[in-house]
Order: sequence, then structure tokens, then C-alpha cells
Amino acid sequence: MSDIIKGTAFVYGANIDTDQIYPGGYLDLTDPELVARHAMERVDPDFVKEVKWGDMIVAGTNFGCGSSREHAAVTLKASGIAVVLAESFARIFYRNAINLGLPLLVCPGISKQVKRGDRLDVDLAAGRVINQGNGAVIEAQPLSAYVMAILENGGVKPMIRKENEFR
Amino acid sequence: MHAVEKILARAAGREEVTTGEIVNCTVDLAGINDLYLQTLRSFAEMGGKRVHDPRKVVMFLDHFAPASTITQADNQKQFRAFCREQGIDLLMDIDQGVCHQILADKGLVRPGMLVVVTDSHTTTHGAFGAFGTGVGATDLAIILITGQLWFRVPEVIRIHLEGRMSPGVYAKDVILKVIGTLGADYGVYRAVEFTGPLLENLGISERMTLCNMTTEMGAKTAYIQPDQVTFDFLRDKVKMESSVVTTDSGYRYAAEHAFDVSGFKPQVAAPHSVDHVSDINVYLGKPVHQAYLGTCTGGRVEDLAVAARILKGRRVHPHTRFLVVPASKGVFLEAMAKGYIQTLVEAGATFVTPSCAACLGTHQGILAAGETCITASSRNFPGRMGHAEAEIFVASPASVAAAALEGKIADPTQYLV
Repeated sequence: MSDIIKGTAFVYGANIDTDQIYPGGYLDLTDPELVARHAMERVDPDFVKEVKWGDMIVAGTNFGCGSSREHAAVTLKASGIAVVLAESFARIFYRNAINLGLPLLVCPGISKQVKRGDRLDVDLAAGRVINQGNGAVIEAQPLSAYVMAILENGGVKPMIRKENEFR
Repeated sequence: MHAVEKILARAAGREEVTTGEIVNCTVDLAGINDLYLQTLRSFAEMGGKRVHDPRKVVMFLDHFAPASTITQADNQKQFRAFCREQGIDLLMDIDQGVCHQILADKGLVRPGMLVVVTDSHTTTHGAFGAFGTGVGATDLAIILITGQLWFRVPEVIRIHLEGRMSPGVYAKDVILKVIGTLGADYGVYRAVEFTGPLLENLGISERMTLCNMTTEMGAKTAYIQPDQVTFDFLRDKVKMESSVVTTDSGYRYAAEHAFDVSGFKPQVAAPHSVDHVSDINVYLGKPVHQAYLGTCTGGRVEDLAVAARILKGRRVHPHTRFLVVPASKGVFLEAMAKGYIQTLVEAGATFVTPSCAACLGTHQGILAAGETCITASSRNFPGRMGHAEAEIFVASPASVAAAALEGKIADPTQYLV
């Protein structure tokens, strides 16, 4: 997981809640491919048409607030989002994303330094984001050892499966 | 240590824990709701065969009660089968109501418990001195397999409430004012404790509303120190011993805020954010197409009682739909016995079976583009209850009933003095 992640940014504001990321009307779906069809539907109807594998989301504070729906993390991961960079995250979304192996970085001030379509280089281990568009270097809060361990295992499921085999 | 730290310490089998530390805790009660079939998928994906302790698991079919699509029906079918296979006796099927109210009605939550449900409003159980917190499907599946889950020991914010609420002002107004003052992300990762003399005048119903709404400021959990009100409520419901813990004197809160509620007016959170709060006066006269009374935030007996008081002998405005959803079967029965259901139906209310219903925009009262709804529920995000161009105003049950009567946003005080 030491590699630099490179991708193109979609930029959103503060308090992007899970109803905007994944509307409640589709919560009966579970297949990630079907779930991905409604990603960001209430905040950006063009997102599903434009998103490409390896793209990134940049947002203001409290990204993922609201309901506990894991669909919000599933829809972004299944859409190909490689990392979410926000000024802060709501706690359940944070857990859900890390559990799925979708990296998140808390990046104070980032929403003012990136615009839609900018190319970003993200170094998860170092906690650093470089905006290739304007050269800005954005320092992120380092991930805890516990979270890094989950991400390095590709999410919590492979970890638990491994532990479960020894039970 | 704070009481919530002592609850985590006990659950982790430790003498003490420190703020910021990550601890692995044994969960006392784990709840799954019917939105998250992913819980069963994740259980299988992680190699789960048998649920670690089925006696500590509750399955709620509440968000899609009753099913309105074939997919929802099939999901519920799978949940019922899982409960049978795994020996989960606490299956709360579609007749029972909303998860948090069921737990309260049945006395399944006691002081000192660690309660985890796949629902963000699990903070509600702070009203009983429990540590309640919401998680996603995969975290819940980990509890099903191992009986445990990791938690970061949170900082605690103290909200001190004093003064007397004026007629027409309720706990919902108080917590809206608090959220409007502090912001929708003020409590993220942290616990919120309510203290102060106002609590002596708040019953369990209003305490549940306070704790429930801390989710809308991002809180991980909420807490009210159990007192005589708590014990009186639990006495007839709970047979088992409770382990009440208390906060050590000298505990240092991460932040403390005091509110004197004496001058508070009825509040409203305007579109499209729960911290977009003002006195209801700012929006008086705004036409309302739907008034929604229900949910784990505002569908309890006391909430139906105030609506019945406002609407007794009167008629719902002809341009307004008044949806009433008792939070649980227990609430429904008690409100029926007290005559509130009769009063509200005669006034023109439309009843929906106890469930989450339109709160999350899945069914039973969806909004069209351009419509305005006033709701006793918790959220007004864009598209939360239907079309993204509908407007949602979050308010108290009394304000919802007043709007149903007048067909526009109105101050309920005039009907309550």
C-alpha cells in the first residue's frame, strides 16, 4: 500500500450526507454493481456517467453524515473511487469505508485547493496529497496503525476470515 | 473516568480505558435492521457459520414494514430464515415498529449496557444510561461472528440544560436549538452527555428524543445518568439486574456548554440541513403539503398525545396530508387506549403501521417535487423523504400538529396554553 495513488478529482462541499451519496429508495439492493448505478445521485446526477476507475472524491467537512448505510461506501468503491479526501468524515461512514478497504484521508483545507478535474497524487502512508493542477501540497492526518492494517489486508473481511479459520 | 468509559472498560474486560484508545469490546446487544441484507452477506463472506451468541441478537423488520417491493419482500424472507437457522428468537417482525422504540418498550436496554445496532439513531439508548452506537452492516456481521467489535474511546462533551420550557416548547425544540448553535459536525467521534436540572422535568420519552438527535450532530453516543425517572420506567419492564456506573468527580470534559431553555421558542430546522435552525416564527405561514408525525425521534405516546390535544374537535387543513405513524405496537396500543387514535382519525389523520415509513424516503408517504413537509423525524437532507426538490422542515410533534391543522407552518403555543 506504499504506492502513490493517481487520479482525477470530483469535488463537493460540506455535510454531504449518505442520502445524497446513496438515496434511501434503493436500500433494498445489495449487489455492488446495482448499488453503483445510484452513486452520488442526489448531489451530482452526472457522477455515474463521468466517473472512471481510479477517480477520487474531495469534499468539505462531515462527509458521509446521516444514516449508517454501508451502501454509501459500497456505491463509491464499486464506482471505482480509489480514495476519498475530505476535511472531516462522519464516524459510521469512516468505519464502513475502511472496513471495505476504501481508503479515506482527513485533509484539512483541501476543498479550497482542488477543483473538479484536477489530477491528484495521493500518498496514503505519508499522508500527503499533491495537486498536479496547481502544485499545491496538502498534508493529511496520518492513518492510525489499526486502520492501516485493515487497508493493507484489503479491508476487514479478509482479516476476520483469516482469524475465523483458526477458531 | 466518565461513565461511558466505564461501560467500555467493563465490556473490554478492563479496569480502565483512556480517551482515544482503541479497545475490543464484548457487545451486550446487537441489532440488525431490514435495510442491511449486506449484514448476512458479510457474515457469509467472512466465513461465518454460527452466530456467536444468538440470545444477544435482535432482528428488526422495521424500515420496510410491510414490504412494498419484491426485493424488500425477498430480503425480509432471508432475514426470517436466518433467524430460524441461527436460533435468533428476538425477531421483531413487521407488526412491531421501529427498532429503538421496541427496545425501550420491551425493556431490552438497561443502564450500563453496550448496545450496537445497524442504525445511526442507536444513540437513543443514552436515555437509559446505556452506551448505544450505530454501525454499518459489516461491523455488525463481525459482532455476529465474534461477539465483539473495536471502539475508539471517545472524548465526552457535556451539554448542561437549565431553566423551564415555556408552553409549546419541548425536548425536540431544545435539541434543535443545541444543534443549531453547535453545528451538524460538532459531536463527530465524541460522546454527548446531558446534565442539569431540566432533566428532572423530562420523562423517558423526551430524554430519548434528546439522545436520538445527538446523531444529527455526529455524536458516537449519548448519555444521561440514570435517576429515579429511569428506574421508574424500567421497573416493570426489566427483570434483570442493572449495573449503573457514574462519572468520577474531577473528570475533564472535552467541552462544556450550558443552555438556559427558559426563553426558547419553538424551533425549526429548515431545508436542507439539521443545523439550519431558527425560531419557528421565521417561517410562519409557509404552506405545508404534508405533516409527518412518527419515527424513533417523534412517534411516542406523548407525541401523539400533544397532537390529539391540538386537533381534538378540529379538522386537518384540506390542503394538507397528516401522516401519523406510531413508533411501535406498544405506542399504538397505549395511544388507542387513551383515545388519541380516535381523536386523530376523526380529525383527518392518515395512519401508517408502526415503522420508519416515509422518514427515509422508501415508502408510505413520499414527497413530490416542489412539496413541503414538516416532520417530527430527525432529518431534512435533500431528497431524504422523496424528491430532491421537496422541502423538509424538522420540528416538534406539537409544531407538526399545528401545521396539519392550519395547513401552514404555525406556532403551536396558541393551542397549548
